[in-house]
Parts: sequence; C-alpha cells; structure tokens
Amino acid sequence: MSGTGEAYSRRRWTWPAFAAPGLLWLILLFLVPFYAILAVAMGHRDPIFNTAEPVWNPAQWDPGIFGEVANEIFTGQLGVIFLRTVAYVAIASLLSLIVGYPVAYFVARHSGKRKLLYLVLILTPFWIPYLMRMLAWVNLLESSGYINDILTFIGVLAEPRDWLGGRSETVVLGLVYGYVPFLILPLFAALDRIDQSTIQAARDLGASPFRAFLHVTLPLSRQGILAGLVIVMLPMFGDYYTNNLLSKSPRTRMVGNEIDLFINSNSGESQGATITVLLMGMVGVLMAYYLISVARATREARA
Amino acid sequence: MSVDVSRPPESISAPTAWQRLRAWIANPWGRPRFLTVFTWLYITWCIIPVLIAVQFGFNEGRSRTAWQGFSFRWYFDDPDLSVWNDPSLRQALYQSLKLAVGTMLVATPLGVALAIGLARWRGRAAKPANFLMLFPLITPEIVMGVSLFLVFVYLFQVVQLGTTAQVLGHITFTISYVVIVVRGRLFAIGPDYEEAAMDLGASPTQALRLVLLPMLAPAIWASLAIAFALSIDDFVISYFLRAEASTETIPTRLYSGLRLAPSPALNALATILLAFSMLAVTFAGLFLRRSRRREGRKGSAVEELARLDI
Repeated sequence: MSGTGEAYSRRRWTWPAFAAPGLLWLILLFLVPFYAILAVAMGHRDPIFNTAEPVWNPAQWDPGIFGEVANEIFTGQLGVIFLRTVAYVAIASLLSLIVGYPVAYFVARHSGKRKLLYLVLILTPFWIPYLMRMLAWVNLLESSGYINDILTFIGVLAEPRDWLGGRSETVVLGLVYGYVPFLILPLFAALDRIDQSTIQAARDLGASPFRAFLHVTLPLSRQGILAGLVIVMLPMFGDYYTNNLLSKSPRTRMVGNEIDLFINSNSGESQGATITVLLMGMVGVLMAYYLISVARATREARA
Repeated sequence: MSVDVSRPPESISAPTAWQRLRAWIANPWGRPRFLTVFTWLYITWCIIPVLIAVQFGFNEGRSRTAWQGFSFRWYFDDPDLSVWNDPSLRQALYQSLKLAVGTMLVATPLGVALAIGLARWRGRAAKPANFLMLFPLITPEIVMGVSLFLVFVYLFQVVQLGTTAQVLGHITFTISYVVIVVRGRLFAIGPDYEEAAMDLGASPTQALRLVLLPMLAPAIWASLAIAFALSIDDFVISYFLRAEASTETIPTRLYSGLRLAPSPALNALATILLAFSMLAVTFAGLFLRRSRRREGRKGSAVEELARLDI
C-alpha cells in the first residue's frame, strides 16, 4: 500500500506522464515536420537536378529561394495567383455566411420540437466525405448533366455551357458548397448560447423584431460569425482539390494548386515549401485569432 | 353521459391547414416562414446532389448523367470495371479500411491519455501543451500534408512514403479530435468521483481504472468511431503521402479517376465510402448519447456533436 507522500508524488507526475506519449507524437510528427518545411525553404538546391537540400541549422539558412519566389510574386504569375486566392476566399466565405447565418439562426431559435431532426440534417453534410460531395457536382455540371438540362429546359441557357472548363464562378460556388457546413456549426453554437430573455427584454422595451435582431442577436453572435468565417477560410486558403476537380484550367489556379504542383514534381520541392511558408504567414493571423478566442471561451466555460 | 372538457372550444383551437395556407399567402415572408423555407432549400441543396450521385452508382449503363435502369453492374457484375473486379478500385477500398482501422486503434488510446493528462495537469507546461494539441485542428491540411511529406523524405527516412507514412499522418491529425471528444466528457464528470474513490482508500491509478475509465467508456467508443470516420474521409494527407498505386485510398482514387476517366464505378466506390462514414458517425452519436445519459444530463448527443467546437 502506498503512503500519502508517495501517492502525492505519484499524482504530481501521473498527469504529465499520461499526456507524454500524445505530446511526444505531436512534437515528432507535427512540430518537427513543420520545421522541415522551413529547413527546405531556407535550404539549398542541387544545381543539376534541382532537388531540395534542406539545411537544419538556422544559422546557415539561405534566403535565396525566398528571393526567387518573392520575385515571382512581384513580377510573375505567382502574384496574380495570390491575389486570385484572396479574392476567391473572400467571396466564398462571405457567400457561406449569407447562406449559413439564416440556417444556423433558424435551427437555434425557431426549430422548436424538431430541433433534433434539423441538427441531424445540418450535421449530415459535415460527415459526407468531401470527395463524394465534389463527385456529385462534377456529375451534375458535366455538359450533358442535370444542371445544363434544367437550365436549357427552362430557357436560361440557349445551349449547354461548359461549367467545368475553368470558370471562376464554378470554383467559388464549389468552395461554398464544400465548406458551408463547417461555418454553420460554430454559428449555431453561438446563437444557441444567447439567452432568450435578452431578446425578450428588447421586445418588451418596444424594439421591433428586426431592431431586436440588429441590436441584440447580431452583436451577441459576433464571436460565432468570426469563428465560423475563420474556420472556413483556413481550409479554403489551402484548397487545391476543389479547384482541380471543378476546373481543369490554369485560369482558376490558387495558391494550393501551386504548392501541389511544385511538391509533386520532382524538382520543385524548395519552391513548394517556400510558398507553403508564405501561405502559413497569411493564415497565421487567422489561426492566432481563433486559438485566442477558443482559449477565452474555454476559460469562461470552466469559470 | 359526460362532456369531454379537456377539448378546447372550436373557436380558439389551432388554425386549420387552410387558415395557415391563407395566412402564408397573405404574408409569405413572415420571418420564421422565410427561414423555414430557406433552411429546407439549404438542406435539399446539400443532400440531393449526393443522392443523385449515389443513384448513378446503380446505373445500368455507362452514363453518369442519364438514367438507364437499375443494376449492380458497377458494384459486382461488370467483369472488368466494377468496384469488385477492377483491382485498382478494390485495392483503394482495402487501403482505406486498413488505414482507418490502424488510425482508430492507435489514435484513440493516445488521445484518451492525452485528454486525461491535459484535463488534470496543472503544471506550468500544461498551457503550451494544450495549444500544441489545438494546432493540428486548425492548420490547413495542405500544410500538414507538405510538412509530413518533406519530413519523411528528408529526415525520418526510415519511414517510406506509402502505407506507414499515411497511417502516421492520419494518427497525427486524429489525436486532437479524440482529445476534444473525451475532454468534453471529463469536464462534465469533474474530479469528484475520483476524489471520493481516493478518500475511500483507492490509489490514484485504482481510482482511474475503476472509476474514471468506466465512466469514460462510451466517450472512448465514440472516439474510436470518430477516428475511423476522420481517417476514411481524409484526402489531403493520404494524397501527399501515397507512393505506388497500391497506396491509393478511396478519396485519392476518386480524385484521380474523376480527373482522368470518370465512370459510374467511381460513384459506386464513393457510395461505399459514404456508407462506412455514415455508419461510423451513427455509432459515435449513439455512444455519445449513452454517455450523456450516464451522467443524467439533459439535451441530446447530436446537439453536443454540433457544439463540438472545431
């Protein structure tokens, strides 16, 4: 039998010991790989084969490849691709909010006794494999597909349109379709947390339903809106597969496509890694914001 | 003879369907009505395309856009092109299941232990450890894919690209989800039960084994199911870490197939993937519901799943 002193010391080390294997795993296979991107981006390249030669010591890091990529951004195609990515993500995430807010609002406030049913229904797309959802749209948008059938039948289009031939609107709508479910969940959680009596109070004090929404519900759901937007923007910034499936043209290429092309060619790993670092710089702000707001919410929940 | 007094007089009963229809025509954009219609349109938009894709997996003919009658041709019957008879499709199914089972079996224990550790640990390093756990949840997958690819090619060269690398990658992003699920339960259970057990003479490990783990059991089963679903749905990590053709998973096979040679067999394969994913998530939901009941709490498990921040 263990004495109290022994039990105490055991307790002190028990919990870190529990966490250790998982943390070690994340250090080795999340943090170290992350460092590997930097080591490749700041490393050298084989002069003949162009393969990457990572440099692991930060004191010897060489910004040469960075300069090359920066040059490509300011004078070449890469700058256009970065701007296009920002534009697509901005439009797609705003559209997602416009679609997602009414749905989240309805389920949180007006679904009544059927709330469970609605929750199951809005959670379902979340768990339908992403590639399955994109496959569905590739089928629908083919030149002989249902979308063209319907649009030509009702007379919107005179003849079938090549939706999959490099159209920005197809890609943006594909992104919206792909990521809206992820926005609805945090938004629903935020709207559902709002104390109904605050809205009732506004109504009792003479506010119209619309003013009560504008001055009470909307400000109280701000956290949810921002969290939801960040949650969809992060994967959109790194997306390349939606784009590749819905458009086979370089006209709609995004940063993710560049990374994919460089990394999966035998001689572009250094550039690929460098663009990945730049992408991380862009989304880093969003990630920091999200982590801080999650930490704050957890603290409040525990208190 | 008695009068049924529980029945309200006709004049104040709920409006009839006809009255409701007239009110709707008079003001179709009344707030909840507009929202109801909007929500149903959204749900239809989300689900109908997928159902159509499922349907074409059962098409008699080769078309993915015109219905030619029902058959199992693309599942079993076609001697060359069906999921069962095309080696590349069958191999993808096999690879996906292999990765999902492997991921589930390793990520769940690691994640459960990490969740218990992080929830109880009050040391100085606990906070950065918590942040490290959250990071994989929000890092864009392409960044994780590239980083794992580079680390296996240039640093941990013992690990070859292919199945081993894919399993390791899947486990890495799954651990954090397991932690989130289990941590929610741990906060709800609180430290009281364990402390009571220790007051009654149990050692900390006994308290953990005999009190906490049984209470966590449903959440652990749910985590297994969620880990399975996350792994089988994953595309990006499998894509960056695949090697030869036999390491293609269902999602990566769908991706290359859609780009090069679409066929209803891909719809059939995607439908199988969908079935596995839905089955796993249903299990997770049922286990979470059981775990809530055990704590005697109100609300539904689905609500919980929806609240699961990230």
